[in-house]
Amino acid sequence: MRLRISLVRFAISILLPTVTTVTLAADITGAGATFPYPIYAKWADAYNKATGIRLNYQSIGSGGGIKQIKAKTIDFGASDKPLPLQELHKNDLTQFPTVIGAVVPVVNVDNIQAGQIKLTGNVLADIFLGKIKQWNDAAIASLNPGVDLPSSAIAVVHRADGSGTTFLFTDYLSKVSPEWNAKIGADVSVAWPVGTGGKGNEGVANFVRQIKNSIGYVEAAYVKQSKMNYVLLQNHDGAYVIPAEDSIKAAAENTQWDAASGFYEILTHKPGPDSWPITGATFVLMQKSQDNPLHAQEVLKFFEWAYKRGGNMALELDYIPLPDNVVKLIVDSWQENIKDKNGRAIYTAR
Amino acid sequence: MNVDYTNRRNSDTFGLPNKMMANIHVPEKFKKQLFYDLIFRGITWFFTLIVLLLLTALVVSLLLGSMPAIQAFGFNFLFSSEWNPVTEKFGGLVPIAGTLVTSIIALSIAIPISFGIALFLTELSPPWLRRPLGTAIELLAGIPSIIYGMWGLFVFAPFFAQTGQPWLQNTLGQIPGIDFLFTGAFMGIGTLTAGIILAIMVIPFIAAVMRDVFEVVPSMLKESAYALGATTWEVIWHVVIPYTRIGMVGGIMLGLGRALGETMAVTFVIGNAHQLHASLFMPGNSIASALANEFTEADGELYTAALIELGLILFLITFIVLACSKILLLQLRKRDGDIS
Repeated sequence: MRLRISLVRFAISILLPTVTTVTLAADITGAGATFPYPIYAKWADAYNKATGIRLNYQSIGSGGGIKQIKAKTIDFGASDKPLPLQELHKNDLTQFPTVIGAVVPVVNVDNIQAGQIKLTGNVLADIFLGKIKQWNDAAIASLNPGVDLPSSAIAVVHRADGSGTTFLFTDYLSKVSPEWNAKIGADVSVAWPVGTGGKGNEGVANFVRQIKNSIGYVEAAYVKQSKMNYVLLQNHDGAYVIPAEDSIKAAAENTQWDAASGFYEILTHKPGPDSWPITGATFVLMQKSQDNPLHAQEVLKFFEWAYKRGGNMALELDYIPLPDNVVKLIVDSWQENIKDKNGRAIYTAR
Repeated sequence: MNVDYTNRRNSDTFGLPNKMMANIHVPEKFKKQLFYDLIFRGITWFFTLIVLLLLTALVVSLLLGSMPAIQAFGFNFLFSSEWNPVTEKFGGLVPIAGTLVTSIIALSIAIPISFGIALFLTELSPPWLRRPLGTAIELLAGIPSIIYGMWGLFVFAPFFAQTGQPWLQNTLGQIPGIDFLFTGAFMGIGTLTAGIILAIMVIPFIAAVMRDVFEVVPSMLKESAYALGATTWEVIWHVVIPYTRIGMVGGIMLGLGRALGETMAVTFVIGNAHQLHASLFMPGNSIASALANEFTEADGELYTAALIELGLILFLITFIVLACSKILLLQLRKRDGDIS
């Protein structure tokens, strides 16, 4: 008998703190893309310290995030690949971008330093199509006079898992190369004609480091962290640009964002003399009509806080914050797009 | 009066032999015992049923999940090497072939080595070495597979690219008929590397089982053979192996089962490319690693269904392997029966 009482007491002592926190603050849950996970986690931590509200974000991949928000099991989904307006309407969803990142081709060729090789989008596409097979191919050599290119075969490395990084990369190649567009297309995973697949950015980075004469593509943050040899890419205006904060920001600024189209913008191959050509935003998906307005409100409060206070945290982790005018567009769009069951707006911008 | 209680165990109802109960005087104490027995038997039946139900549920849900892909591609799924998420055209030939080829490579390396290890440990090793060596092998079996994968990628693959692959191309690659298996650039990762890593992973399993079965050979038999003037080799060949054949097959099947389903270690080193190459140096794919890589981002219905169908095929392959090993064991038993 005594044992039973102490057991009950024990159970209560465990359950009580969780019960109280649940009633005091609505913890919000999100799931989806892996790419923004580090910054969402950092924002969540800082936000928790500031407000006491916890964000539980599971980086299960964009596909999983889309499935779960459609099934309404989470408060928000996250995807690196924006959903087209038609699909948003079909599932009664709304979406908005949160932060910007970029994809960078990296190489491992003897005696070639970072930024020493220049490539055009078309040549890059031909390499990944397997049409250009050697580093000293005339197409590469003519772009790089004076660079000592070896006669070795090019080893192509791509992502093995489905990924927003692959989506941006193949979307760019589809825009610049008609042949890529016709044969391969753009998606989170595609039918690669050549090459080896690495799992995740780490996997691709490792393969590129290990395999001599290889070329791959990784998120910009990985280039910096693991000091990889990036290439200079020719952008829409014909300039060769370095993948850096300024050039990625330039691509975002040279984009006409539009709330009416569900912010459907892929920032690849954007005009502007400084724009890095393979840039993209990551997106958050929410139900337009909320069963649980309290949670939705907390989600929106969180992201508004993140837009206003989280910019430096994003930069520390090599993400690029959205331009201020875009943030204003987004916050204004919430009033229109996210409502409770009675059609009342959940959030009004302050 | 003789009551055959053992017969009850075989009766397909788990009720008690009621007629019998009526005729025989059974003391109260035993009646209670019989009642407890009944409950116990019911519980064990229930547990067994759970396993069967789970198995059926798994197969049914795999079948249902893969239905869209089965309807769209039919039997062609097994023979098509196209895997294109953009156009939603899927065929499983590359991962199926990759799974089988890597497992075959793994077993053809692991079986002789494990056999040697087990023989050394039981027959040839000095007694003081047996225990530490045996423990070391059991420890190897306990290492999580991701560790093997990381070791394979960071340590083995670069080494293999620099020394192993050039050597293989200069030796085995020069033999006409199999030279096509060893062509291509030395990348260190690919089907062959995956097979070798798998071999290293299954060796401890096969070796441990083989050692255990070798140990149960009665020393009477071995010593009789020695007394007749047999050499160590003859004792092993004519006494130990015939006596332990069944156990050895069991150990090999255990290893094969692990090799077929291994995911993380293979994903790290196989190269994960949906391309069909004759050369073992080139990247390939296996069912398990394709699933691990692509499931999270598979958004289309057909894409998901194709992946689930791959899972179903892996399930079937494992089932066929198990069935084959059972048939093999039965035949071995039958032949042993004929001899004696």
